[in-house]
Amino acid sequence: MDAILLQILNGLDKGGAYALIALGLTLVFGTLGVVNFAHGALFMIGAFCAVTLQKLLTLSTKVKDESITFFDAYKEVPILSAKFPVVGPIIVDLAVPLAILVAIPVMWIIGLVMERGLIRHFYKRAHADQILVTFGLAIIAQEVVRHYFGANPIPQLAPAVVSGSANVGSWFGLGDNVVYPWWRLIYLAFAGIIIASVFAFLQFTTFGMVVRAGMQDREMVGMLGINIQKRFATVFGIATVCAGLAGVMYTPILPPDYHMGMDFLVLSFVVVVVGGMGSLGGAVLAGFLLGILQSFASMNEVKSIIPGIDQIIIYLVAVVVLLVRPRGLMGRKGVMED
Amino acid sequence: MSKKTGPTSDWSRRDVLKASAATAAISGAPMFFSRNAYGADFLNNPGDASTVTLGFNVPQSGAYADEGADELRAYKLAVKHLNGEGDGGMMNTMQPSELKGNGILGKKVEYVTGDTQTKSDAARASAKRMIEKDKAVMITGGSSSGVAIAVQGLCQEAGIIFMAGLTHSNDTTGKDKKANGFRHFFNAYMSGAALGPVLEKAYGNERNAYHLTADYTWGYTTHDSVKNTTEGLGWNTAQNVLTPVGAGDFSQYITPVLNSGADTLILNHYGKDMINSLTQAVQFGLRDKQVNGKDFVVIVPLYSRLMAQGAGDAVKGIYGSTNWHWSLQDEGSQAFVKSFGQEYGFPPSQAAHTCYVQTLLYADACERAGTFEPCEVVKSLEGHKFDGMGNGPTEYRAEDHQCFKDVLVVRGAENPTSQFDLLEVVEVTPRAQVEYAPDHEMFAGGDLGTCNNGA
Amino acid sequence: MTRPTAMGDWILFICFSVVVLAMPFWLAPFGADYPDLMQKFAIFGIFAIGFNLLFGLTGYLSFGHAVFLGVGSYAAVWSFKLLTMNIVPAMIFGIIVSGVFAFLIGFISLRRSGIYFSILTLAFAQMSYNLAYSVLTPITNGETGLQLTLQDARSLDAMAGIEVTRSLPSTTLFGIKTSGLPGFYICAVVLIIAFFIAMRITRSPFGTMLRAIKSNQTRMSYTGFNTRPYLLWAFVISGMYAGLAGSLMAVTDPLAGAERMQWTASGEVVLMTILGGAGTLIGPFIGAVFIKYFENIFSSFNEQILHRFFDALPDGLENVLVSVTSLFVGEGWHLTLGLMFMIVVIFLPGGIMEGVRRIGKLFSRKPEKVVAKAVEASGAQS
Repeated sequence: MDAILLQILNGLDKGGAYALIALGLTLVFGTLGVVNFAHGALFMIGAFCAVTLQKLLTLSTKVKDESITFFDAYKEVPILSAKFPVVGPIIVDLAVPLAILVAIPVMWIIGLVMERGLIRHFYKRAHADQILVTFGLAIIAQEVVRHYFGANPIPQLAPAVVSGSANVGSWFGLGDNVVYPWWRLIYLAFAGIIIASVFAFLQFTTFGMVVRAGMQDREMVGMLGINIQKRFATVFGIATVCAGLAGVMYTPILPPDYHMGMDFLVLSFVVVVVGGMGSLGGAVLAGFLLGILQSFASMNEVKSIIPGIDQIIIYLVAVVVLLVRPRGLMGRKGVMED
Repeated sequence: MSKKTGPTSDWSRRDVLKASAATAAISGAPMFFSRNAYGADFLNNPGDASTVTLGFNVPQSGAYADEGADELRAYKLAVKHLNGEGDGGMMNTMQPSELKGNGILGKKVEYVTGDTQTKSDAARASAKRMIEKDKAVMITGGSSSGVAIAVQGLCQEAGIIFMAGLTHSNDTTGKDKKANGFRHFFNAYMSGAALGPVLEKAYGNERNAYHLTADYTWGYTTHDSVKNTTEGLGWNTAQNVLTPVGAGDFSQYITPVLNSGADTLILNHYGKDMINSLTQAVQFGLRDKQVNGKDFVVIVPLYSRLMAQGAGDAVKGIYGSTNWHWSLQDEGSQAFVKSFGQEYGFPPSQAAHTCYVQTLLYADACERAGTFEPCEVVKSLEGHKFDGMGNGPTEYRAEDHQCFKDVLVVRGAENPTSQFDLLEVVEVTPRAQVEYAPDHEMFAGGDLGTCNNGA
Repeated sequence: MTRPTAMGDWILFICFSVVVLAMPFWLAPFGADYPDLMQKFAIFGIFAIGFNLLFGLTGYLSFGHAVFLGVGSYAAVWSFKLLTMNIVPAMIFGIIVSGVFAFLIGFISLRRSGIYFSILTLAFAQMSYNLAYSVLTPITNGETGLQLTLQDARSLDAMAGIEVTRSLPSTTLFGIKTSGLPGFYICAVVLIIAFFIAMRITRSPFGTMLRAIKSNQTRMSYTGFNTRPYLLWAFVISGMYAGLAGSLMAVTDPLAGAERMQWTASGEVVLMTILGGAGTLIGPFIGAVFIKYFENIFSSFNEQILHRFFDALPDGLENVLVSVTSLFVGEGWHLTLGLMFMIVVIFLPGGIMEGVRRIGKLFSRKPEKVVAKAVEASGAQS
């Protein structure tokens, strides 16, 4: 029983990550009709916002390291902590949450520049061209990051206050065996908040109404004299920020490296398509569904019946869903079917 | 790097282009059909040329790119030393040594590089380029066992010597051993055997171990080797769970450990998988747990300092094994660390060490054989005993082309004094402890075959 | 675009054959005239041409085509292990097995269109890759890849009385070794045949039908026309091309690894086709050559070579140039590839063939009609 509860938590946690990454992707699909293969790279850039901030906060002066005698070695002394012995370490400790504040403007600008400078010219182009150009962009982003940060993962710590585990079981009177790391719970809550805000924004503002109308029928909105193009830039910016924030918050769970975007790219596409192209609710639903199923498929009890099921479960679910429901869980007719 | 290298150094780009076009036009097809048209008796015989080319095939992209970069640094340093530049590094401590600092057999050493991408196909394509186009006499490198075995097989078929870089699977010198291939690095069996006594001393004889194993060949052999050792100590193996390579988030495999009754977690993971699973295991509070009245412990059978960096504080106090560590105090290690540190400003990794040593060993074997001919080099390496290369007295066993030497058991440093001081050496397990019969069941099923000159 | 004529096609075919067979000569100045790379050009050319038969003609974008490449390789290596080192059975097996796989995967995936089809093919390929890497290790030898061993049965060879030695046997075509340059010529001839068949398919009524599906499937189905069998045939043929390419990889180098089926490998053939020019006859081949060239040659440049390259220049300038260019070559070759993707797709929307067509247009005003015709045929979308 405890094991199942823990797997549900794992599944929700994974699902939160999948949904958050897929959210921006499906938004861009649905409104702009663009297949963005650089979305994974945006997730990665978000994560490296956190890395950069941490590096800046721990910027060090080099002092000769006396402990190494074979050759001239230097050890690094962080300036911030040295200058402000009390506040400095606290700020460094909070690097990841602080990186959210940095990532929002940075990702927003990246999103706008990318849309205005590149993506805009590809609205009317074939999907194949969109794939090629965004894939090229993703490779370039990766290589630039690798040039500055190397290929090895760079560890990021969650703030000390939340580095331990929460006794989730005791909250529900289930004994002490269901403990779960605080940071993962925070990630889940964070994903929920971001997803809810994007939904609220699209549901309750005039801007959101126009965008939703544009998702339904772009030509009609255009004919009504509404300049949908301008709003597209904003939508792309939102998608970029979502991906970036997903990356920032994920760093304490998965030490970031330059290739992490590609690792998530295929998965996020599967989530979006299983959810149904251009459907926000579908993407979120599919994210959680795949996350939970993946967790259960990894249990020994399941693996002993079907060996290797955890290797393929996501793709198996994708195939089954697409065969039962032609346009994914909540997709609409005619979107990206040609 | 010196810019005046080789006989072509005075050529301009235009000259090179013109010349190569002309060569192709003149010599044309016949050359391809008879690659040994000069009457050479083995593939890529440098003949009367003043230089000899070695092929350094390392991962330059993908998960092991940083390790590959460190290997390449070591290779460049080895070439420098062989050509008599720099301080000579381990050439001064190697015993016995025929190296003179004038290249190999009087020929200046040149090198070509390639990107394996940590994929068998790409690695073989790159190695073939070195053999077919660049006329390399020896290929070395690799940062994963799959790639090393694939390239070793290729070199056997082509008739080139392969000096393996970092490859830890038993199969490289077991099931998939080849006459033209040699491995200096240690293997999974040795890791298990070396860890045994240390684990017994630290954790006793009554442990209940839970294995998470990467779901591919290297994972399987490591799991078998470690299980063999720990069960020999009297430990119980609670469960072995296979995890997909590159899973990223291991939470669904870690939570079942929490309440399984196991008090030890063994992570048969390497590279990114190791970093992620270890980071997450610590995050889930495994190390703060008490089970059966004992502190819960985590063990990582194969450690790498470069990888340990990625896991940050999570490695503190965790046991594992390693082929070599820069803090060793013997003369050979110190000479190498000094030379490497002065060149690049930081100490070398174990991958760099094994690659450097392999290059020197190859050069020395050629000197002793008096030729680059692969079969002669094989003969002079088989059963070769040497010392002063950082691992104490070492032997290249003739039966399987595996080096037998001491193995290091290390632990994540609790209070690192520098950013390189991540691991501390706990014990140097003597060679006798980690030795096994050539036909040991974990290594059975292979056949060296006969050496191939490629002619 | 004028309709390509039969004569234009023949000229194109002959030019293509000459260019392919003469690779050892004209590739020399580019440093790409060694057998392995030329084999790769031919093999991936076949793969891309086959992929284009599906994608270029019908518009169905398969994102899991590498699975057929991998299956073809495994089938061929098993043929070497169990039957004979002769490459003919290996190639036949590769084509048949991948054809069967393509039929099964196509039968299910073609129930959907657009991106839903792409994701279905991707899902099948990823499942195959993940299983081949881990659970199916007894069949595929997992990460290490399936290799020949001395203990292999090779029953046909044994029956024919070919003695077993202490060294591994090589692949042969009735006695001719198929590694090295002869291996390239075998691949080249197969490529030329594959190209010819692809050309005939494109110009046939079947090809016209496929293009009609691309331009308007809805209209086709309104006329009561069932498009599925045509699509399935295109998918199977395309899968067999991939299987052929996979078996040729095993022929020139008897090893089959799971990573051949990974999504990145599927993505690579998509990129090759789009880069060269989807829907054109020789575009996919050109794309394949470009990408393989970058992967193998650009990645091999190191500072030593760069210094030699810029040696004629003054020292200061030389060092600057070396440090700048080293970002784009060696370990930075991915960066160049990414830049090339972007530049081509931004400036030449139809891929590299668009560039060829533009140059061809300049020519067509001049009297060289032959060139113009061949260029037109090669670039013909119709």
